[in-house]
Amino acid sequence: MSLLLSVLEQGLIYAILALGVYITFKILDFPDMTVDSSFPLGAAVTALMIQGGLSPLLTLPASLLAGAVAGALTGVIHVRFHVRDLLAGIIVMTGLYSVNLHVAGRANVQLFSFDTLFKNAFVSALPAAVQPYAPVLILALIVLAVKLLMDAYLATRSGFLLRATGDNETLVATLAKDAGRVKILGLSLANALVALSGCIMCQYQRYFDISMGTGTLVLAVASVIVGTQLLRGMRFLRATTAVVLGSILYKGCVALALSLGLSPFDLKLVTAALLLIIIIAGGHSRRRGKRHA
Amino acid sequence: MLELKNIVKIYQGGTVNETCLFDGFSLSIPENQFVCVVGSNGSGKTSLLNIICGSVPIDEGQILVGGENITRMPEHRRHERIGRVYQDPARGTCPSMTILENMSMADNKGKPFNLLPCVNRKKTEEYRAMLAQLGLGLEDKMGVRVGNLSGGQRQAMALLMSTMTPIEFLILDEHTAALDPKTAEIIMQLTGRIVAQKKLTTIMVTHNLRYAVEYGDRVLMMHQGKTVFDRAGEEKRGVTTETLLGLFNEISVECGN
Repeated sequence: MSLLLSVLEQGLIYAILALGVYITFKILDFPDMTVDSSFPLGAAVTALMIQGGLSPLLTLPASLLAGAVAGALTGVIHVRFHVRDLLAGIIVMTGLYSVNLHVAGRANVQLFSFDTLFKNAFVSALPAAVQPYAPVLILALIVLAVKLLMDAYLATRSGFLLRATGDNETLVATLAKDAGRVKILGLSLANALVALSGCIMCQYQRYFDISMGTGTLVLAVASVIVGTQLLRGMRFLRATTAVVLGSILYKGCVALALSLGLSPFDLKLVTAALLLIIIIAGGHSRRRGKRHA
Repeated sequence: MLELKNIVKIYQGGTVNETCLFDGFSLSIPENQFVCVVGSNGSGKTSLLNIICGSVPIDEGQILVGGENITRMPEHRRHERIGRVYQDPARGTCPSMTILENMSMADNKGKPFNLLPCVNRKKTEEYRAMLAQLGLGLEDKMGVRVGNLSGGQRQAMALLMSTMTPIEFLILDEHTAALDPKTAEIIMQLTGRIVAQKKLTTIMVTHNLRYAVEYGDRVLMMHQGKTVFDRAGEEKRGVTTETLLGLFNEISVECGN
């Protein structure tokens, strides 16, 4: 039971990350490496604020903002200075590593003695029977809010333009709009969500670690692909719902593999192999950019 | 009035492959004129359109619209008053979005792309009526993704979408070339209707000499970055496909083909 709960909890935290990466990877078709540093950026900002005695609730908008700035930076480097998409992300990712260290102050920060989203007066006041489920309920609420907001955004005029930019940049220009600006906006939104996920992860595990971002993009892409490919048959599901379920499903698979005796040493290897298999099986091996040309 | 003044365009400048396409090219198109541009491959027809729309930069010269210098204006800003349809039907629509979504987005051109909902259900009937006049059955497929439509259907949509909102110029880049003869005919008739209705200043590049003769009130033939034939108004009415074809052959002989 506790294994199931922790799968759900972590799956939900990574669902926010996956929703962010869904914007860049699926909608904009942009391989955004910034993610590996914007995830710990959210965590670093959170660690700093919580240590400073600020309300855990305030960390949510703060990390969103920090991530948005990081994403916009990648966007500006790519769009205005014509640096290739992958490289632009790697440059910002590398630079942010130092920024994260500066923000957090140290490579490891423990928050065991502070209040967080999951450990505060409100949660302690809940009946004892509900308490074990408090984290999963709080997380479900946040993920639901993020998902609904994202669905709503994608139906707006700005959201339409975002989808069109990933689909057909020429059309965006003929609509008298600058596709470059839309890309910067998309990267900004995506990394805001990624940093939010990092913020929540930091409060959930109650420590910040500088290396907590390693492999974030791969994990997120795996969740996105599991969601959109495996649940492809269920037409009634919105893509955002599929991504959330994909994230939980993916976490479940990893937990299952570990409980069946997989050594944690092999975890990344298995992750990489699993992702490769999903990508090849799902026909994702070629970039889809020119598919419809 | 659209004016191109002494345009110089050099491709691969500074290399051994440097080619000068336009060297002091000038052209002026009065308001509401429908110009057909013909010419062999590499004669500079598409480059001309790209220069007007700002898709490629020029090396020297000026582009004026109604006296306003737009030479330095970026491509997307110029499209505030330009509608453009490309040869490739995939370029004028969004394949992953539905017909209704595509139409709604095109209808929002010129207005801010803000946080208001993009699809306005009240307008669905209006879009349906616009699609119905195409006679392609698209009005019953509002929820279908455009990527699932045929090239002709997509091109018809691209034409509708590019002319939905108030624009001054319509740029057509061989927009019937990728279509079968019957669909091309439908698209051409629609083009003629829309241009007449909306009184658009139109530049149409085509390889179909019959369209160049039947449509528009001016015909241009381009060759190696120069206008070699230019007839407008009354004079244009006397131009036949034979005239144009004869001219083509003459040029080819000169070039040693």
